[in-house]
Amino acid sequence: MLTAGCDIGSLSAKAVIMEDGVLVASHVIFARPEPEESARAVMAGALSSAGASLEDIACCVGTGYGRNSVPFARAVESEITCHGKAAQWLNPGVRTVIDIGGQDAKAIRVDPAGTVVRYAYNDRCASGTGRFLEVMAGAMGIGVDDLGSLAAQAQDPVKLSNQCVVFAETEIISLINAGRNVPDIVGGLHRALAHRVASLARSVDLAQEVTMTGGVAKNPGMFQALEEALGVKLVRVDTDPQIVGAVGAALLAWQMAGGTA
Amino acid sequence: MITAGCDVGSLTTKAVVLNGGRVLGHALVRSSFDPEKSAAEVMDKALQAAGVTMDDLGFCVGTGYGRERIKFVKKTFSEITCHAKGVHFLHPTIRTVIDVGGQDCKAIRLDAKGEIEKFLTNDKCASGTGRFLEVMAQLLGVDLEDLGRMAARATAPVTLAGACTVWAQAEVVVHLNAGRPMPDLAAGVNEAMASRIAILARAVGIEKDVCMSGGVAKNAGVVAAMEKGLGMPLRRLKVDPQLMGALGAAVIAREKAGGNRC
Repeated sequence: MLTAGCDIGSLSAKAVIMEDGVLVASHVIFARPEPEESARAVMAGALSSAGASLEDIACCVGTGYGRNSVPFARAVESEITCHGKAAQWLNPGVRTVIDIGGQDAKAIRVDPAGTVVRYAYNDRCASGTGRFLEVMAGAMGIGVDDLGSLAAQAQDPVKLSNQCVVFAETEIISLINAGRNVPDIVGGLHRALAHRVASLARSVDLAQEVTMTGGVAKNPGMFQALEEALGVKLVRVDTDPQIVGAVGAALLAWQMAGGTA
Repeated sequence: MITAGCDVGSLTTKAVVLNGGRVLGHALVRSSFDPEKSAAEVMDKALQAAGVTMDDLGFCVGTGYGRERIKFVKKTFSEITCHAKGVHFLHPTIRTVIDVGGQDCKAIRLDAKGEIEKFLTNDKCASGTGRFLEVMAQLLGVDLEDLGRMAARATAPVTLAGACTVWAQAEVVVHLNAGRPMPDLAAGVNEAMASRIAILARAVGIEKDVCMSGGVAKNAGVVAAMEKGLGMPLRRLKVDPQLMGALGAAVIAREKAGGNRC
């Protein structure tokens, strides 16, 4: 039995196809202006790599901020439920999921069945989300994908005195003018973001094991910085961390269609 | 007794020359990277406007974030003390001062004598500070001054849901792309700004009369939005609200001099 999960985020759309609870295909695209268009396009991509058509899907669950615009979804679930479900399924020992997206960050505590028992999130302040790194990378004229390798070269990471994205942007420009090298600044930015996310994670009473999901988890620099900030080792998800929400949706779809996850 | 106050802010540097109860001269310059230079420059201009020289000054007080770098002052005081002093000197009935500067926002509550009872500061988040308006004006491609003027022609101000400057930017872009008229965007920006400042003002406990000081108080759109949001009129200050810190510093200088020449 094929099931699907479709996660329509603010910046990207993700779709996952599963066969009896096993991942068979996934697809990620940049979000289109219309969420419904994103949903159709990303699902078409996933279906094509699975060699299936929409009629073959027994059940599809939508999630993400555009979840109500997924025309072929039988049900919708929150990103929190989906990330919790999938992270625990991918690594059964996981009890805390830290999901950092382009516009928000969440800390989710799950029980051994992957059910959410507690969560906290920040979508009010851009600092503490992926946008922080995006804006800073833009200000320095470097690509987001290069941040991780630059952070790894940091010798003496800068300590930022501002948290606010707007104020920090001015601060790093002064740091560049003061002759600080880019790796040290990038290293400092990772530390700053990790510090913000760590306080969010502590607010749900961090329980081990801890994993990180969401687009920002693709950045190895964030793994190291967050491990330092939390003082715990993070468990890596054995898949693209960006598709974890969609995986959770596909798992929930499978359960809904009668499968046992 | 002639005294002076000099306020070195993050974006502008101000000076006021006072003779007894009367403002003799004042000046405002854009702050450079060197606070010492900005202070000297603005004081020269204010003295010239007042028609006096540095030797005529009985006492001079400094304030603002760059106050420790001013060479010619005898003493320094915080912006909060100086704004409170300046406002009370002009309008003794004012009990709540909302000072919105280029990079911070302060709500100050005074007692009947003008002593500070309580104050709150936001300098952590750009939202609710002059920087928010600056970022928005730049995004809309208009001058900061036009933001207030344009808002007066708004028919249906846009609503900005998020407080964060970064998210609000994204929201404004969506409204721009949707073809919303500029006055409606400007009014939406001012209202977002006002609602953010009002949170701080309410937290300090609003008591009448209420006024705004600092550069943002010159933006008629924000003042109107504040009045609407707080549901009460704001007192307009007799002197340029952006000079309030420097004026307060000059008033303190007069008290410190105690009538003696030094």
